[in-house]
Amino acid sequence: MSPADVLDPPAPGSRAPAPVLVPQATVAHRGAWGRLLRSEMRLVFGRRRNIALLSGLAAVPLLLGVVLFVTQDSALGGQGPGFVGRVTGNGLFLVIAALFMCLPFLLPLTIGVASGDAIAGEAQAGTLRYLLAVPVSRTRLLAVKAVAVLTFVGAAVLAIALVALVTGAVLFGLSDITLLSGTTVPLADGLLRVAGVAAYVALSLTGLVAVGLFLSTLTEVPVGAMAATVVVAIVSAVLDTLPQLAVIHPALLTHHWLDVAEFLRVQVDWGVLGQGLAVQGAWVAIFGALAWSRFTTADVTS
Amino acid sequence: MTTTQVANALATGPVVRTQSEGTGPLAVRTAGLTKRFRSGQVAVDGIDLVVPRGSVYGFLGPNGSGKTTTIRMLLGLVRPTSGKAWLLGEPMPEAAGALLPRVGVLVEGPAFQPYLSGRANLARLDASDATADPRTARRRSEEALERVGLTAAAGKPYRQYSLGMKQRLGLAAALLRPRELLVLDEPTNGLDPQGTREVRHLVRELADAGTTVLVSSHLLTEIEQVCSHIGIMGRGRLLLQGERHELTGRGVASVAVTTSPHQVGTAAQVLTSLGLRDVVVDGPGLEAPLGDVAPERVSAALVHAGVDLVGLEVRRPSLEQLFVRLTGEGFDVAR
Ligand SMILES: Nc1ncnc2c1ncn2[C@@H]1O[C@H](COP(=O)(O)OP(=O)(O)OP(=O)(O)O)[C@@H](O)[C@H]1O
Ligand SMILES: [Mg+2]
Repeated sequence: MSPADVLDPPAPGSRAPAPVLVPQATVAHRGAWGRLLRSEMRLVFGRRRNIALLSGLAAVPLLLGVVLFVTQDSALGGQGPGFVGRVTGNGLFLVIAALFMCLPFLLPLTIGVASGDAIAGEAQAGTLRYLLAVPVSRTRLLAVKAVAVLTFVGAAVLAIALVALVTGAVLFGLSDITLLSGTTVPLADGLLRVAGVAAYVALSLTGLVAVGLFLSTLTEVPVGAMAATVVVAIVSAVLDTLPQLAVIHPALLTHHWLDVAEFLRVQVDWGVLGQGLAVQGAWVAIFGALAWSRFTTADVTS
Repeated sequence: MTTTQVANALATGPVVRTQSEGTGPLAVRTAGLTKRFRSGQVAVDGIDLVVPRGSVYGFLGPNGSGKTTTIRMLLGLVRPTSGKAWLLGEPMPEAAGALLPRVGVLVEGPAFQPYLSGRANLARLDASDATADPRTARRRSEEALERVGLTAAAGKPYRQYSLGMKQRLGLAAALLRPRELLVLDEPTNGLDPQGTREVRHLVRELADAGTTVLVSSHLLTEIEQVCSHIGIMGRGRLLLQGERHELTGRGVASVAVTTSPHQVGTAAQVLTSLGLRDVVVDGPGLEAPLGDVAPERVSAALVHAGVDLVGLEVRRPSLEQLFVRLTGEGFDVAR
């Protein structure tokens, strides 16, 4: 068609002058963010696979507690890595032991699953193009997805901690807690410290969430993003064991994960914990920015 | 799809007004729109779409001719390599936030969360729309479901839907709100003949209510009848566009004569004497391009020569013939 046709288009068919619908009000309603977020939460927590994953994680402390309970009078009773040996003496330690058990692999897997679903999963299902055509701004969608994944990971940590607390209380009882130095502090103080451990573990996972979301924007294959996220966590842990790489250790994603033991000192050194969280903050900032710049510019051809 | 009243589905208050008050007379316009994928393939090559408001624009082309890629660029899903696009007079993708709620889409088949029900999927899309009124969400979604005849299956998980049910849910999503423009990519894909007819009916109904419809297909017979305008793509280029009857009228008509077998020779002589060339004889039938000769002169001359006329027909090239001639490959994948 010539440019003239563009300016002077042919009359529409044989129809009478077509009535045109008045543009609808297209202003954002108040609470639109909340509505989208709630819908996203329903999606994440309504998915049977995700609930199964949460249940599986919650079963870890239950299993651990039962094993320790059954074997407590045998020759191996009271032995084990981390804080496992202390559980039979005080059920409170089951929370810490269970979180330590889930940290290296199961929690990274949880992050991989949730973040892989978030973008790559929607791309593979083809639902991403329909969300963007609704339209949802890509920045808003990414933000909501990030909040939902973080919430899911937080729920996973909480599920482990709560089931561990209940299991520990039932099987071993809760009592005043003996710190690393041998000092004993009252139960209420102990509960606070254990809550601190759970909170620190959850916050320590934020960097990996950002990495997982970034990986999720790179592919249309959610399983690929999931696997890559787990691999990142494992490689980071492996690098952390090589003394030759001591210079980069403090910046590693997983290096500060076990700093939670700080909560079991008489004087909690908030500086150490703050440092760990600052490293996570840096990972979040870098990979959050990468995810954003990738997601807001990528062609959606799925 | 039931014949639920248009007024019903549009009840959130559209008021009709005349075209001159709109943001422009064109619902879709592109200038030199081009997409070169990273693979180096030029999927869309400098096309200038012109879709007037109120039209039903049939966007045709063989598989792989670039229809879906064009639609993706119109909606801001794919970034053009060069060129510009406007929807309802607003530039895309800059105006997407305020503009796309006025546009209903179906792009390359429906896609929903498999483990959510049809109804829950619609609720999710509506919740994603910052400009949609949450108070009317339920009603709008029920109306859209009813409109595409899916009410009975609305509670089933999407993964259990048949192909046609999925397609219908896709259409329901496009109709969640009153729209000024509908962009439907292959809306009849997977539908049975009855469903295809219903889609045609729906498109006509929406167009009558003032909605502009851009509908793509590689099966033109399915949508030909409802289109007021046609654009034909081939190998990433827009080969032709314009009003449908103008395009189909443009081709050269031919006359087809049927007579008794022993009179075929005489009839051929008569046609030649009238100045018709390229007479093709096929059994008792003859066909020749009419040129400037009026059909009634042909019949008169044949009767005058004593030829028994069993049949005489003036044939205009159908859209399908035009399509095949333009795109060359017929319905094969171009590349
Ligand atoms: N992501 C991509 N990367 C590279 N090439 C692509 C991509 N998407 C599409 N193409 C190519 O662009 C061309 C046009 O594809 P498109 O999907 O736009 O065709 P279409 O007209 O919609 O075809 P159909 O009728 O089969 O739906 C094809 O040759 C296709 O292979
Ligand atoms: Mg297509």
